[in-house]
Amino acid sequence: MRTIRAVAFKEIQIYFSSPVAYIVALIFMALSGFFFVRDLGNPFPEASLSNFFQGATFLLIPLAPALTMRLLAEEQKLGTIELLLTSPVRDWEVILGKYLASFVFLLFLLALTSYYVILLLVFATPDPGPIYSGYIGLILYGMAALSVGILTSTLTSNQIIAAVVGTGILVVLYATSFIGDVVTGVWATIFNQLGFTSHFNDFDRGIIDSTHVVYFVTVTALFLFLSIRALESRRWR
Amino acid sequence: MAVDAENQADLELDPVTETADVDAMIEVRDLTHYYGPMPAVENVNFTVRRGEILGFLGPNGAGKTTTMRILTGFMPPTRGTVTLDGFDVVEKSLEVRKRVGYLPESVPLHTEMTVTSYLKYMGTLRGMRARRIRGRIDDVIDVCRLEDYSKTIIGKLSKGFRQRVGIAQAILHEPEVLVLDEPTIGIDPIQVVETRSLIQDLGREQTVVLSSHILPEVSMICERVLIIHEGHIVAADTPNNLAQHLRGVAQLEVEIGGPPAEVLPVLRNIDGATEVTHHPRPGVNAYRVKFKEGADLRDDISRTVVSNGWSLLSMQMSSMSLEEIFLRVTTAEDDVE
Repeated sequence: MRTIRAVAFKEIQIYFSSPVAYIVALIFMALSGFFFVRDLGNPFPEASLSNFFQGATFLLIPLAPALTMRLLAEEQKLGTIELLLTSPVRDWEVILGKYLASFVFLLFLLALTSYYVILLLVFATPDPGPIYSGYIGLILYGMAALSVGILTSTLTSNQIIAAVVGTGILVVLYATSFIGDVVTGVWATIFNQLGFTSHFNDFDRGIIDSTHVVYFVTVTALFLFLSIRALESRRWR
Repeated sequence: MAVDAENQADLELDPVTETADVDAMIEVRDLTHYYGPMPAVENVNFTVRRGEILGFLGPNGAGKTTTMRILTGFMPPTRGTVTLDGFDVVEKSLEVRKRVGYLPESVPLHTEMTVTSYLKYMGTLRGMRARRIRGRIDDVIDVCRLEDYSKTIIGKLSKGFRQRVGIAQAILHEPEVLVLDEPTIGIDPIQVVETRSLIQDLGREQTVVLSSHILPEVSMICERVLIIHEGHIVAADTPNNLAQHLRGVAQLEVEIGGPPAEVLPVLRNIDGATEVTHHPRPGVNAYRVKFKEGADLRDDISRTVVSNGWSLLSMQMSSMSLEEIFLRVTTAEDDVE
């Protein structure tokens, strides 16, 4: 536990002292703000965060891997992985510590967006249900996206490759749901069940369905498990 | 029992293998590691005693780093066993890693952290308690002479100071075994001297394994040297014995005050002398006496000289430098292949 905390704490410190994280935060806030105000020009705009939530899931596709790309790739590049892996720390503790750090930064990003909620509360009377469920969905979605980024960062010592491949995997997972909308029958069910978007949409509508919670938690666990395995295999290469 | 005795005899015949030692800190048996189809090390056997300073000597690519990475639990061997303090590096990797302090060759450090915060991080990774970390950081900063740089970002330190931080993190948790891969590479001569004396100090209490391709360094610091070449240990002994053993023939440089025409035949008559040559230098008559390894002719020579009424001005054992041995061993190996 203490080692997980040590790894996570060090990475969080680096997040808040490095420009990359702030650039990611800046891009996220600027573009999510754009999504948030998108409907305001309409004659009867809806007092909801739906546009922001939909936009945020899109923005996290490149931004989540950008947040995680450094975590293991840099250790491999600098060679510090050699000291990390010869410390009495288990491989899963390394992965979990790194992952927790990126998750904390994600929570920080989402906390910044509470500004939109305040604006809504000041100028309108939004339905609080979909706001709660939307944030829960966004956190689950972000957890899964970050775990994909952790895996690609474990697989390479090149941060750019880690970010690009991570984004690629997320694009596939994001777009799978749209394929599900086009095809029919069993295929529609399969693609819809596999994709991120179809599992996220219910949260946006104010529904917390345990199926979707299980889906995102399973995806996260799967990618973290693969990351641990990838780190272990590093020793055998 | 008969079988045991036979094995024992076998072991003693092999200069590389040693008999099992109760005081062994590290035991390496039949260690083999492949990168792809090429063996980096092959059938390596050695033992490191508790408190010993052992040096790995070998040219680049000889397998020193591979061996050290296996010792520290960074990667498992393809074949063979390595135990450290009785713990297998593969089966009980965590126990092994608790006992080892490691300085990799490239001195990898988190360049964005300050010296103190980095050491604190490494201490926590090693499972140290916060209070002990604070105390030890003060100690290692003192030992490694980093006082003025404790709040400096590591990325801004020069190579020599980074090396010190690297050593500081390796000794932070007071490990029983220190593994240092090329600890003096790329730092200036003054720092090299400092680092060597630091390693010697540490070696008083800890078991140290270090690698180097600098021969005088190894002979200066280490109690025992393993010469490793193309993945094999080609020689293992103390620096002095190595010099004696590999030389095969020992020689003495003697300066004698007396007529050379009389001195030469007398020296040649000494039992055990195989070759005597005369090397006149201005004002002195020097002789080089070669004899079979194991014999010691100093006593005989001094007695003979004095009984003949000559004066013995100086007498010196000349030995092959480690450099010569190293070249001889590694080139001999090449000739065989």
